[in-house]
Amino acid sequence: MWKKLFAWLDDRLGLNDLYKATLDRPEPKGNWWNTLGSASLVLFLLQGATGIFLTVYYTPSPDHAYDSIQYIMNEVAFGWLIRGIHHWGSTLMVLVVFIHMLRVFITASYKYPRELTWLIGCALLILTLGMGFTGYLLPWNQRAFWATTVATEIAGAVPFIGGFITEVLRGGTELSALTLSRFFSAHIWMLPLLLAGCIGVHVYLIIKHGESAFPDKED
Amino acid sequence: MAGSNHISRRDFIKLATAAVGAIMVAGVGIPVINYLIDPVLGAGEDEAWIPLGPVENFEINKPTMVNFTRTKVNGWERTANSYGVFVVRRSENDLVVFSNKCTHLGCRVNWNESVGGYICPCHDAEFGPDGAIVRGPQPRPLDRYEGDAIKVEDGVVMIFFKEG
Repeated sequence: MWKKLFAWLDDRLGLNDLYKATLDRPEPKGNWWNTLGSASLVLFLLQGATGIFLTVYYTPSPDHAYDSIQYIMNEVAFGWLIRGIHHWGSTLMVLVVFIHMLRVFITASYKYPRELTWLIGCALLILTLGMGFTGYLLPWNQRAFWATTVATEIAGAVPFIGGFITEVLRGGTELSALTLSRFFSAHIWMLPLLLAGCIGVHVYLIIKHGESAFPDKED
Repeated sequence: MAGSNHISRRDFIKLATAAVGAIMVAGVGIPVINYLIDPVLGAGEDEAWIPLGPVENFEINKPTMVNFTRTKVNGWERTANSYGVFVVRRSENDLVVFSNKCTHLGCRVNWNESVGGYICPCHDAEFGPDGAIVRGPQPRPLDRYEGDAIKVEDGVVMIFFKEG
């Protein structure tokens, strides 16, 4: 029964080929440092899932942002858990992505034919930091407010157009409801979609080229 | 191993995987479901006697709309919900109060003097002066406050409001 059903689906979806290409592909000798990319992917999915659940109660408005998070933390069942995972997961994701990059650098895995994988990986690091940056404002507490004040002020150091960049980031000369809603939009729509797209290309390239073998003494 | 009570290695692994998988699904699923349905679980009942005004305010046989609000804490915010009822004084001491909530899909009905009935603006349900179905999609007459749910105290009409 199940075999028949699977065969029917496999004929139409090519599940077996997909499985062979993604999970059953040949790997160089196992090494735990090679698992950091997968770990980053899992953290991205975890942040996505917990983030979606947080939007059920979170409200991106200066009047409600802080109170809605207090509500999530103190009153909603398991709200502390879901926000806790999202909070600590974000820090962990930046850390894991960074160590992943270090490993690729140290093993020289960025060389031909994987230069594009490396470049897209750099974009992924920047996007991950962007997620951390935009997410930091959302609790709308003192720390969030002043951290974002400082960080957007830093953008002002760019020659000639710095002041303009700061105002575009803030949606005005000062932090306001506009800042909060545009950071929210960037945090839940723009950056995650860019991240997902880049992850897709990144993973495609890894499957296409296979993983690089560790350099040996000859290299 | 055939015929013995021992479980084969393969079956043991299958069973253990299924058991661990089930625990993991429950470990994720239970918090998530609780998180999503939480506002409904904690909702308390709201009930109170609502004064609608002195009896003499209501003309005989003329449905009169009375509004009242109930405040409720929803999440982190206090929300004021507005309710409306029609008070009908059928004779000197005979009162009936109808909820203005249409029994079809919850829009608010209006008293229409020229038709002599309550009309719902959403799907044209019509209720007679006694709240009964005249025509339209509604499944039952207008809800009414009667018996224990209505009283006159010191000349003031009161209804017993209950929700949740």
